Amino acid sequence: MVSEAMNDRALAPTSAAAAARSAPRKFRLLPGFGLTLGYTVAYVSLIVLLPLSAAFLRAAELGPRKFWQVVTTPRVLASLELSFGASLVAAAINAVFGLIIAWALTRLRFPGRRLFDAMIDLPFALPTAVAGIALTALYAPNGWIGRLLAPLGITVAYTRLGIVVALAFVSLPFIVRTLQPVLGDLDREVERAAESLGASKRQTLLWVVLPSIWPTLLTGTALGFSRAIGEYGSVIFIAGNIPKVSEITPLMIMTKLEQYQYAQATAIAVVMLVASFALMLGINGLQLWAQKRRYSR
Amino acid sequence: MIRQSRIPEELGRYALLAIALLYLIGLLALPLVVVFVEGFSKGIGAYLHSLLDPYALAAMRLTLLTAAVTVPLNLVFGVAAAWAIAKFEFRGKNALVTVIDLPFAVSPVISGLIYVLIFGANGWFGPWLTAHDIHIIFAVPGIILATTFVTLPFVARELIPLMQTQGNDEEQTALSLGASGWQTFRLVTLPNIRWGLLSGVLLCNARAMGEFGAVSVVSGHIRGLTNTLPLHIEILHNEYNYTGAFASASILAMLALVTLIAKALLELRQSAPRVAMPRQG
Repeated sequence: MVSEAMNDRALAPTSAAAAARSAPRKFRLLPGFGLTLGYTVAYVSLIVLLPLSAAFLRAAELGPRKFWQVVTTPRVLASLELSFGASLVAAAINAVFGLIIAWALTRLRFPGRRLFDAMIDLPFALPTAVAGIALTALYAPNGWIGRLLAPLGITVAYTRLGIVVALAFVSLPFIVRTLQPVLGDLDREVERAAESLGASKRQTLLWVVLPSIWPTLLTGTALGFSRAIGEYGSVIFIAGNIPKVSEITPLMIMTKLEQYQYAQATAIAVVMLVASFALMLGINGLQLWAQKRRYSR
Repeated sequence: MIRQSRIPEELGRYALLAIALLYLIGLLALPLVVVFVEGFSKGIGAYLHSLLDPYALAAMRLTLLTAAVTVPLNLVFGVAAAWAIAKFEFRGKNALVTVIDLPFAVSPVISGLIYVLIFGANGWFGPWLTAHDIHIIFAVPGIILATTFVTLPFVARELIPLMQTQGNDEEQTALSLGASGWQTFRLVTLPNIRWGLLSGVLLCNARAMGEFGAVSVVSGHIRGLTNTLPLHIEILHNEYNYTGAFASASILAMLALVTLIAKALLELRQSAPRVAMPRQG
């Protein structure tokens, strides 16, 4: 019986037919399927699906004309442009620095490596409000870093640049943590082979390393981007929050809520939800593609 | 020849390392340091004074209460979901996994908004709730609901891949030797997943105590009643009470540090695959 089950797993029943064949046998052996699946479905329906569908239903009550009107007002459009633009810039900056960081952490041995490695997860663990006030204090004109930038004419806090800094903070771990395992697995023999065949360090990087990691780099960057567009807590402290200049979309939703304009807030929220879900599906596709490329090599 | 070409290569290597570390220090390390420096900038007396303020204490109590309710809820859910998804094959499994991931993809502000649409005064159940004098939005239940939504995926996402790689063989052996289902779970499955479980709970707890956007929408910011610690920090910061804001922030920063250290230790201990990261933090 056990060996049969092992065979099943070894064959990885991915097709529906194989799943159907193996399912009844597993039901007999392991208990609790009905209970745990029932509980899981009920729980996500109540906590996730029902509330999210409320947003779509409430937005639908507006009707298409009114919906379009709400989401295309100049102030809302400006906020969408800022949210997506600043997130893209932050994700792109992190794609470059995240790659360098991931490479340094996986390939180099230096004192404090473990500490720096653990630090990558800080944005996951540090509450966004704390990150927001800390980054503001640091990058304000009289702050530790802001003071160094002020003579260069660079103001970070209370500008769009501040938004990029906050979004870079929250999105960095997604890129580094996605890249690290792939860089670690990358066959160094292949790199050595390239070098022994006369490729320079740069050629090896360009023609051997980058082609095999770029789907992963893209996945990590997309994950960071998708985290950044929804971010609220760390941004509002450093942004300045001036309408049409430094007002991100989540803050726009918040403002509409404070004015009791629930329908408008919901319409804007639906635009963001659709964007987030599309990104999520895109990222799932990217991940599959990256995996396939890795294992087919 | 070889020696000559090695030197620039080494230099380039150290330059890249320096860039990586400077970026990490400027973006991650210094914000953490500045929290404590600012918190203690007016001395330990002022620091303690702002932490022992009744509103600060009430905010800490509410934050602890929120985590004490939401973490166990999502812990039980995470174990149940992982059992169903990792141990069985069924139709629609991928869809279910995607739904579990959804809260990570949703902006925190929207995570609060959706509960306002259901339970708020103008929401689906608003009139009924008002008639029965039940308060959910701008009250503690709303804060707990929104936090539950935001932290829902943490434990499940940690356990599903872990239990999938472990397979069913050990459980099947236990059952064929006469163990009951519950005994099998408690004595076979649970010991196998305990470190992953712990790490999921740690991340879930850190997020539950630190959630800001979602809670901000449903809280109503009533001091002493519906202010969590992150909201308390915002209010103090808006009042230019920076010492107070950073003192409260230092409590949450310490929570983050403890979480990170515990997570690093867990990874060392299991030396299993790196603790899975939340897809959308």
